[in-house]
Amino acid sequence: MEDIEHIPKELKLIDENGIRLDGRRFDELRPIKIEAGVLKRADGSAYLEWGNNKVLAAVYGPREAHPRHMQNPTRALVQCRYNMAPFSVTDRKRPGPDRRSVEISKVISEAFAAVVFAEQFPRTSVDIFIEVLQADAGTRCAGLTAASVALADAGIPMRDLVTSCASGKIGGVVALDLNKDEDNFGEADCPMAIVPRTGEIVLLQMDGHLSYEEFNQAMDLSIGATHKIYEIQRDALRRRYATAAEEAAAEPPVAPPPPPPSMAPDVMREVDDL
Amino acid sequence: MEGRGPPRREVVIPGDLLDGHGLKPGSGTFNEGGHIYAARVGIRSDKDGYVDVIPLGGVYIPKARDVVIGKVTDCGPSHWLIDINSPYPAPLHATETPWMVEFGDTERYLQVGDAIVAEVLSVDETKHVQLSMADRQFGRVTGGQIVEMSHAKIPRLIGRQGSMVGMIRDFTRVRMFVGQNGQVWLDGDPEDVRHTVHVIRMIDEQAPLTGLTDTVRAYLEGVYGRRAAQPAESEESDGGY
Repeated sequence: MEDIEHIPKELKLIDENGIRLDGRRFDELRPIKIEAGVLKRADGSAYLEWGNNKVLAAVYGPREAHPRHMQNPTRALVQCRYNMAPFSVTDRKRPGPDRRSVEISKVISEAFAAVVFAEQFPRTSVDIFIEVLQADAGTRCAGLTAASVALADAGIPMRDLVTSCASGKIGGVVALDLNKDEDNFGEADCPMAIVPRTGEIVLLQMDGHLSYEEFNQAMDLSIGATHKIYEIQRDALRRRYATAAEEAAAEPPVAPPPPPPSMAPDVMREVDDL
Repeated sequence: MEGRGPPRREVVIPGDLLDGHGLKPGSGTFNEGGHIYAARVGIRSDKDGYVDVIPLGGVYIPKARDVVIGKVTDCGPSHWLIDINSPYPAPLHATETPWMVEFGDTERYLQVGDAIVAEVLSVDETKHVQLSMADRQFGRVTGGQIVEMSHAKIPRLIGRQGSMVGMIRDFTRVRMFVGQNGQVWLDGDPEDVRHTVHVIRMIDEQAPLTGLTDTVRAYLEGVYGRRAAQPAESEESDGGY
């Protein structure tokens, strides 16, 4: 740690031309890629790459809530587990929940509880699992954005997708979507999540200090960016449901090869799946 | 709900605006500020003055009078617990069966692991489910196999007035029982059952597409050749559809 103490004084996070370390301008996002329905066993899933962040989200449910005393007779629980893989960061992360991941799980589940029609599924729980495979700052935003697509993929009724983005302050400039170096050596980071259709804010946190004007600038940047991310999320879902059916239809309706006669009917089903 | 009926087959995503021509919000939608939005991923369908979203996925939520295929997961002194592939465990009371069950004697009739065909008797507002097996067409399943598919696509498997199941039965001569909870029971010659399973997989994957009946017919004709529609065997139950 003592190594990096002196770096901020020498490091210029944003140069005089307004170009950041990774070549972006202050209002540019990192490239985002989302794919829905990547896991077969989960009810819904999504894989997201956001710059160097790689996140996998899976959704189960609505399913019977356990333990029983947690069940709410009027609505579904929305539970979330955010977890970072030990290999997601440069120094191995000690596996298991820690103070930070418990907090992130809590704020994310609360963000989704605001949009899911929980009253349609009394006594159940909707379980969201977010696994960060590779982290590069902004993983809670990435996880939330991916989980939102996974939730829709699971067929869970909700008012809208939730979209998330962060803004912060680096080298005295308010900038969008900080990466690891900017997050470590910048002055502030402010993640938020929004329901794009209504403009409701469902998550808002801040690390560091921003003045009132800077905060407003950061929010404007984030809100502007969420509209772009929202389109990427919707596109991922549309692709998933348009292509799945078309691919299946493209296969010619020919008979599958007959299995060896010794096979039991149950085994044959497996053969058909291949 | 199924078939080529609705003129528009567009995939919608939660939050999509579904307004149009004084339509009322139907299932899978919600009304907010006088506008109708989609609540889930599905296919838009305008019918009888309502906009519906036909789901493409999601779990099975039992409705009263649904016919389901379930597995016995637990035996109590006067009831069985049945897994009907939904978030809610469904008890089947001993009085709702065709048998005279003595108190504590439930295991003589149904054991854990048995499969049954039953009807959803009632579902209350907290989603407490009750099953019934009292009717003649219900009972324990013996032989055959159970194939799972998405419950949302069951209407496609059945077809208009049972046209799709009817066609599959005519070609394959497999005994078939379709549960609303996405479980399909099949029994017959292994080769025929195999083709039927393939057809069910096809329907599961291609449910959103139009002309599914023709695709399935083409497949079956490819396997069995052109075969005149024959009356189904009398013992085949049609699941009440």
